[in-house]
Amino acid sequence: MIKMNMLQAINDALVTAMNDDEKVMVFGEDVGHFGGVFRATSNLQQKFGKGRCFNTPLTEQGIIGFANGLASQGSVPVAEIQFGDYIFPAFDQIINETAKFRYRSGGQFTCGTLTIRTPYGGGIAGGLYHSQSPEAFFAHIPGMKVVIPRNPYQAKGLLLASIRDDNPVLFMEPKRLYRASVGEVPEEDYELPLGKADVVKEGEHITLLAWGAQVDVIEKAAEMAEKDGISCEIIDLRSILPWDAHTVSESVKKTGRLIINHEAPQTGGFASEISATVQERCFLYLESPITRVCGLDTPYPLAHEKEYMPDHLKTYEAIKRCVNY
Amino acid sequence: MKDRNHLFDVGISHTVNIIDKGTVDIPMLQILQPDGSAHSDAQMPDMSQETAHKIFQTMHYIRVLDERMVGAQRQGRISFYLACSGEEASTVGSAAALSEHDMIMSQYREQGALAYRGYRTEQFMNQMFSNKLDPNKGRQMPIHYGDKALNFMTISSPLATQIPQAAGYAYGQKMAGNQAITICYFGEGAASEGDFHAGLNMAAVLSCPVIFFCRNNGYAISTPSSEQFCGDGIAARGLGYGIKTIRVDGNDVLAVYLATQKAREIALTENCPVLIEAMTYRLAAHSTSDDPTGYRSKEEEQKWREKDPVQRFENWMKSKGWINEEQHKQFIEQTRQEVLAAMKKAEQVDICEIDDLVNDVYDMPPWHLQEQLSQLKKHIRLYPDAYPKTAGRIRHD
Repeated sequence: MIKMNMLQAINDALVTAMNDDEKVMVFGEDVGHFGGVFRATSNLQQKFGKGRCFNTPLTEQGIIGFANGLASQGSVPVAEIQFGDYIFPAFDQIINETAKFRYRSGGQFTCGTLTIRTPYGGGIAGGLYHSQSPEAFFAHIPGMKVVIPRNPYQAKGLLLASIRDDNPVLFMEPKRLYRASVGEVPEEDYELPLGKADVVKEGEHITLLAWGAQVDVIEKAAEMAEKDGISCEIIDLRSILPWDAHTVSESVKKTGRLIINHEAPQTGGFASEISATVQERCFLYLESPITRVCGLDTPYPLAHEKEYMPDHLKTYEAIKRCVNY
Repeated sequence: MKDRNHLFDVGISHTVNIIDKGTVDIPMLQILQPDGSAHSDAQMPDMSQETAHKIFQTMHYIRVLDERMVGAQRQGRISFYLACSGEEASTVGSAAALSEHDMIMSQYREQGALAYRGYRTEQFMNQMFSNKLDPNKGRQMPIHYGDKALNFMTISSPLATQIPQAAGYAYGQKMAGNQAITICYFGEGAASEGDFHAGLNMAAVLSCPVIFFCRNNGYAISTPSSEQFCGDGIAARGLGYGIKTIRVDGNDVLAVYLATQKAREIALTENCPVLIEAMTYRLAAHSTSDDPTGYRSKEEEQKWREKDPVQRFENWMKSKGWINEEQHKQFIEQTRQEVLAAMKKAEQVDICEIDDLVNDVYDMPPWHLQEQLSQLKKHIRLYPDAYPKTAGRIRHD
């Protein structure tokens, strides 16, 4: 085990994947010699050559279109979209092409080897266009997998699993943890399961569910609640699509209460989907309404970032409301 | 061009120098005149009698198929069809110049290229009737063909998405050392999409061995090319991307064949894209849902009928003494019978089982799709008369 931050863990996963399979190719804007604007692809071009790690022109639809073709040919592309906020020019390629390639051809052709990496989320004073959390858009696309790690250990294991999974994966990296999150990461090759939530801490009275950087936030809120004698179960969803309804429902059957926390705006956010499913499965077990602590239904702000964010204090208040319902 | 650094190695002018669309004149390669006789000074392609014959038969085959399938759509036997009359030389002639290992990524009007590769009548029919023998498992509208064995990528309806994909596919071929290229077909209308720009620029910058083959057929559904762009067609754009470009008479199969052969050689040996703009005309309607009388004149169509690519090639073949009239008549009659028989057969074949509704979304159906499928089966069992195509075939599990 070595201490790494999340960027180092991602870089380590990419090195591992590229060493393991010469068909793995990494590309995107500035990812070549420069190593990416966050340095996630540092030294890959130096190690593996310009053929396997390269800059592309500044065109997100082009990057994903190119990646789709490369995947359908049998290569293993890992395409980077520099910010999740800029993925939308590629929306058509992802929705109509990446996700439907296998289905529409009856399995003759697929983009299953494709992984799209993109940093997302706020907390870095990025304003409207360097802060968004667009996971819910992609949760609405049959054929895609959507995966989000919460720390360096998770990042390496989930990214390796995503690259090797035989389905296209959107791998969303919580960028405010890139350097802030540091932890022990095994040097060897390992994978963590996709589609499986992780119970971070067991508890009795309420289930708190989040993903990415918000897992830290609900942990902090849980610590506050513990002092009031409220025992919280903490779950990191890890995969947004397909998501682990079983683990979440089993937890809610035990605790009778659920709070879902995400940075994205509340309306139409992924918490809505979870909430609907859990009430169908756990209706008679619920002690209080399923509660969402989310971003506001505004564009992501700059000066009011702190106020916008579904932080530990908002979560703590929600915990008390649920328990005292 | 790539060797020149445009920031430092730039020529200086002391007067305002306006570059306009007339500055560069892009000529159109033509070998056969509209009457089928060759220009006396034309560079003739090296085409064997056997290849010429296969091209000739494929063009006629496609004409028969188109005519019969438009009829079948009118009779309500299939929901949709898209004919390629007038453009047979562009698609068949270019496909003939390729290796069978080259990947074809088409738009949707390239049945000529697919037939040339060897797609059989029953395969066309199974796809169009969405039956269980359709490799797409009945999931796509008619004419969305695809065949991995023939290196023909499955068609998708969104326009121009195949263009950056072709760049990526070709890059993969290059990296794998396949000695093969990708050809990517699209219309002049699709070239207005952002994916066209993205794809050509990426292919040029990343040195991808791909032929971008534009069928400039004058219309995007009803919109004439005069309302699609202002520049000198699609070819002029190639120069802007630093891509070697050829403009060719798309109704002259010999010219298309020669241009594509040359383009393939360049793409493969120099590892770079080549753009071909084939000047042609969509004699057919856009699709069976379209009526061209609303936007163009009979006179205009007649002018292009006189340049008909099939007749033009037929005249040339005759001048070479390469056509046996009796055998040709027989071939046409046989093809008609074959199409009718295959159609009758394909429409009798069942659709896929209900499980194929959720298969292939992922490599394996995840829990939520399994759950939805099992609920659906229960529901169909409750109301079997409402779902006659699947109700009788649900296995009890």
